[in-house]
Parts: sequence; C-alpha cells; structure tokens
Amino acid sequence: MSVAPPVPPGSLRNKPASGVGRSGPVAWMVLPALVLFTVFGVVPLIGVLVLSFTQWDGLGAIHAAGLSNWKSVLSDSQLPHSILVTFEIMILSWLVQTPMSLLLGTFLAGRQRYRAFLAVLYFIPLLLSSAAIAITYKALLDPNFGLGPGLQLGFLTQDWLGKSNLALGVVIFIVSWQFIPFHSLIYQGGVRAIPTTMYEAAAIDGAGRIRQFFSITVPQLKYTIITSSTLMVVGSLTFFDLIFVLTAGGPGDATRVLALDMYKRGFMSNQMGPASVIAALIVLLGLALALLLRRLGGSTTASQQEGA
Amino acid sequence: MDPMTTSRRTFLGFVGGGALAAGLAACGSSGPSSTPGSTTGASGAGGAGSGATYWFLTGQPQQGIREAQVKRFNDANPDTKLKTTEFQNDAFKAKIKTAIGAGQGPTLIWGWGGGGLKAYVEAGQVEDLTDWLNKDQADLKNSIFPSAFTAATVNGKIYAVPGETVTPIVLFYDKRAFEKIGAEPPKSWQDIMSLVPKFNEKGIAPFSLGGQSRWTNMMWLEFLFDRIGGAEVFQNIFDGKKDGWSDPSALKALEEMQNLIKANGFIKGFSSITADSNADQALLYTGKAAMMLHGAWTYGNMKASGGDFVTGGHMGYMNFPPYDGGKGDPSDTVGNPGQYMSISSKATDGEKETAKKFIANNTLDDATVEAWVKSGNIPVVKSAKDKLSSITDKNDSAWLNFVYDTAANAKNFAQSWDQALSPTQAETLLDNIAKLFQLSISPQQFATNMNAVIGQ
Repeated sequence: MSVAPPVPPGSLRNKPASGVGRSGPVAWMVLPALVLFTVFGVVPLIGVLVLSFTQWDGLGAIHAAGLSNWKSVLSDSQLPHSILVTFEIMILSWLVQTPMSLLLGTFLAGRQRYRAFLAVLYFIPLLLSSAAIAITYKALLDPNFGLGPGLQLGFLTQDWLGKSNLALGVVIFIVSWQFIPFHSLIYQGGVRAIPTTMYEAAAIDGAGRIRQFFSITVPQLKYTIITSSTLMVVGSLTFFDLIFVLTAGGPGDATRVLALDMYKRGFMSNQMGPASVIAALIVLLGLALALLLRRLGGSTTASQQEGA
Repeated sequence: MDPMTTSRRTFLGFVGGGALAAGLAACGSSGPSSTPGSTTGASGAGGAGSGATYWFLTGQPQQGIREAQVKRFNDANPDTKLKTTEFQNDAFKAKIKTAIGAGQGPTLIWGWGGGGLKAYVEAGQVEDLTDWLNKDQADLKNSIFPSAFTAATVNGKIYAVPGETVTPIVLFYDKRAFEKIGAEPPKSWQDIMSLVPKFNEKGIAPFSLGGQSRWTNMMWLEFLFDRIGGAEVFQNIFDGKKDGWSDPSALKALEEMQNLIKANGFIKGFSSITADSNADQALLYTGKAAMMLHGAWTYGNMKASGGDFVTGGHMGYMNFPPYDGGKGDPSDTVGNPGQYMSISSKATDGEKETAKKFIANNTLDDATVEAWVKSGNIPVVKSAKDKLSSITDKNDSAWLNFVYDTAANAKNFAQSWDQALSPTQAETLLDNIAKLFQLSISPQQFATNMNAVIGQ
C-alpha cells in the first residue's frame, strides 16, 4: 500500500497555480463549477451549520440555542442506531455490489455481440427512478397481494417489509439491484483500458482465465475499485428516496438511516436544529470516508499501467 | 428583538431552498400537479401580489368537489380568480410547512386543524377569524357542527373555518365472514378477543390493518384509551399534564393492544401494508379479513372497488364496541371533526378578501353540501341531515344516516391524535406506536418515551 507508483516526470498537475502564469487562462474555466458549488454547496452547508446552533420549527422565528441541539442529538439513543443502520447498509451493499459488478464488468468488457445485448438489459434498472423502483418492489413484496401469494410460492410470501432483519435485507438487495449496472459500467470501462499485451504475455506464460483475472484484471483495476467504492460508500450515506418510499424507515426504526433520521426530525417533527446537527454529521462522515478511501488508494490518481 | 429574526428571509432563501429541494426529491413521483382546466399554470409562489392561491389534496371524490368549488367561484368572480395547486397527501404535508415558513405559502391554507394549526398560530402565520365569523358570517358559523370548532380554536380564538366532511373512525366488518363462523358482531372488547381464535381457525384474519402507515395503528389506541379510561385520559395528555401517558388506564389500553397483536388479531404481515395503496381495504372486501377499523372516508373506495361488497349488502359497520368495566362513554368517537381552511397573514388585503369570499360563498354552499352527500360523506353542516332523505340508494342512505348519527350523537368527538398534538409529539407518537405494534417495546417503555415529549 505504501508503494505509491512513481509520478511520471512532467506531470505536475497535482500542484497547479503555483505562481505560474500558465494557470491564468485555465483558472477561469473552473469558475462556473465553483460558482455553482458555492451557491448550492457551500452556502447551504454554512446555513445548516448555523441552524444546528439554533432552535427553529420551520415556521416562526429562529432563536439561538447554543450547543443544546448538539448535546441532545449526541446523547440520543436514536443516533447510534441510525449510524449503525447506515453502516450496515453501506458495508453489506458494498460486499454484494463490488464482486458482482467486477465480474459483470469484466464479462461485459468482451466485444461479442451477445454481450453488448446483455449489457443493454443489465442497464435497465439504472433507467428507473428510485421512487418507481420502491413502489414496484413494495407491490411485489406485499404479503397478501404480491408476487409470492400470486404465484403460490410459500418462500416468497414473507413479511418482507414488516420484520426488521428482512426489511434491512430487502433494502440492501434493492440498492444492489439498482446500482450494480452502474458500477458494472465503470468496471467495463476499466477493463477495456487494460492493454491486451498484458493478457497476451500472461497467456504465453501459461496463465489460465482465472489466473489472468486475479493477477492482471483485479490489480489493474485498483483505482477503478477505489472510485467505485467511494461512490458506493459516500452515496449510501445520503441514501434516502428508496428507503423513504419503501419502508419510511420502518418497521419501527429498523431501516432508519441517517438521512431519513434527519428528514424526520426536520420536516416531520419540525425540529430543524437537531436535523441540522445530523446533516452536519453526515457531511463530516462523508468527507472522512472519502478521504480514507483516497488514502487507501495512495495519494495520486496516476495510472499504474506502465511499469506497475 | 431577536437579531436572528431579521435575517430570517435571507436565511430561508438559502436553507429553505435546499431543504425544499430535498423535500420535493423525497416526494418523488408525487409532486404537485396543476389543476386540469385551470386558467393559470400552478405557480408555487403565491405569497406576493400574484392573486389569491389555494392548495389542496388530490384523491377522488374530494378532489372533484374542491375543483368544482373553485370553478364556481372563478366563474362568478372573473376579476379575482383563485389559483389552485393540487398535491398528494404526504407531499402536501411536507411542502406546506416549508412553504409557509419561507413566506411562499398559499393564501388559503388547507389543513386538519389541531396541533398543526397551533404551530401556524404561534408563528403568526394565520389570520384571526374570530370577529369575522362572529359578526360578518354568523349564519355560516351557526350552520356548522359546534364540535368542529374545537380543532379550529387556539387560545380561545378561531383561526380556521371548518369545511368539507366529518369523518369518524368506524369498525367495518364483512357479514359473510361472520356467517362462516356462525357468530355475531362483537358487542364488547372481550367479544373481540374471543372472536379472534374463531376467525383464525377458519383461515380468515380477524382484522385487516395497514400497519406501515402507523396512524392506522393509532386509531386502535384512540378507541382503547377512550373506552377503558374515558375521554379525559387523552385530554390530560393534550393539556400537557406531566406523565399523562402513565395513567393506569393508558397502560391497560396499551397492554390490551399488545394482547390482541399477540393473539394474531391482525392479518399476517400487517406492518408491510400501507393504507395509501388501499390494500387494507382490499383485504376486507376480498374476504381475507373479517373486520377493519378505519375512517369513514374509505366507504367510497370500498363501494367503487369492492365489487358487490357494498352494493350486495355484505358490508357491516358499527361504532367501536365498549370495554366491559371501562369508563368511556360508548357513544364517543374519534376521527376528523372536519377539515380546515385558514387565511395566511402574509397575504395582501386583496388576497385575503378573495379568500374570505371564497370561504363564505363556495365552501359550504348548497351545491357543495349536495356533492358531499352524493359522494357518501357527511359535510360539517347541520343541514346535511335534510339532504339525506333525497338519497335513493338504500346502502348509501343507511351508511350516511349511520355516520351522521355517530357524529351528531357522540358525547365526545376526539380529534385524531397525530393532528391534535404538536408535530414534534405526533412524530414521536407514531414512531412509538409502530414499535409497540412490533412488540419491540413494552407498554411501560411506550409511556416513558411519550412522557418525555409531553407538552413539547
């Protein structure tokens, strides 16, 4: 892990604008993104941070409340539970999605016609909105009028969304079902970028398909895996729409992830202060996780293709 | 005063904007839809100088009646037309709060009164209508059921006009299911408990329940609290009395609730079922469940979707039975004593006038009352009784008379708890009810959790 690949000479793109006149014309190109990010990212973030130190019901006047929101949220037993649920969904769905996407991506990287056809089919879940997926699954999983009773299949006739563990499993399954296509696409691109010369050399050395996969494909995809994992991990922190429509955090609070906890406190209990505390915590957690994953992958994003 | 208040607008522009986006995203497919046939595109912002606006809920038959009211008003007042925007229920609840807080709310604020209205009043967002109703509109006021004004009154002043329909919660049952087991409908809670194993033996679920919606479970507790301890048990909680949820009657009611759940009183998988999809009603009219405790508003859908369930005379209904040895009055009922319209204090004088004119002339006029009765609902006016004799359909007539009598004869018509309590308490309540029904907390824990937020 500590053996970071050598930075190719001349690629000083990691430290731009160090007084060099060259950065002038390039700098303004960042402006549109910067303006958007400031207006829709940084400013609301500061707003939320300020709100977290106030008491506000969303209707009347805002009163300063000092640290009381932070104290009450951090000592509330709901918080560790929501964090636990969030991480359960994050880790378990990562464990399901990553191997499946990796295999599917590698499979789809082949240029055969039937694989292109299958790729289109695999892509379908990504075209549907989360709300539509949730409503559809809710209907399919209905214990009285759903798929199980309809087809007279006993094992499908479960109280899927009514039992804590089952509901969590269903959420993880649907999340994976929805996002595996997306990550397969990332891996497909990654696999196609691996030079065929490496496989040819390995074949001459007598390596079989499986050996090639583990010794060439997976190591070469290191950065792709990190990218895809970052998206999964940070994405699952803000996971909301699917769970909100599917279980509304239930049964009880079995699937109440952090984002849902925030929404419920803010918009259903009318307690914007505590909700803002959770929002701030989500931002901190997301940043920490993204940084951690970047660390794992070494500090540069340089390709390890040559000379690795 | 508070320096924070001055910058509220700016603040809201930033925070509310993001929050609104989040709120809307959360609503997914159920965003606003503009009125069909409405002259103007529904613009979200109705606050500033763009004419009076009115937001209301979708879902038939209510939607059609509301649209007709607005159309009559706009035809009669071409210069001061009312602009409408329609929302699905949950989307409305989320959006209206945010919009009012951001000063972007409609002129006419539709709602359920009670705790939600109180929050608006405390924030100074709605007009005091006491004088207007007592002086200018005394006739209108006197035509409405007096019980409907309780949830419209905050600190002795009236901030909303009751309208639309009175909908008590009713115990529906399937007469065919009772014939199958050769039993009579329950006359007491104890009867209910003894019916449960009989239905289960025949493979019929005793009760249908859309447990995922949570407020469906709440209706059970509302009745059990009343029947066991009388109306004052919840009144104490409502008044913010310390440890009100630990009242011995309350604990007993919670325990009885769990007894029924443990005895498999509800359909298998009830916590997966939502009321929004009407699956709970379908369980009753398809014969999978024998009984269902639900709002009077479900009658229309069960008649329309239930095949011959209503038209064939298979549907039975009754007020919730008494509890042997309980203190509650058996005539008591719970539910929605009406729906409410308030006027935004942030609207211009012209907009307020338009809104008042609409309320006075078009919300409880003859055409509206007739339309409500025809749709199987009892409007909140006393004159509804006179319209009942004109109903020719035998089933509708019997049903409407039953609803009217239940509402009019109730010694105490309690408002649904989640509407009566403040939003903070309501959310904690619904949360804990879901856990109580999951049997994951005991009655004692429920009371402790709820006592913690009493009066908030």
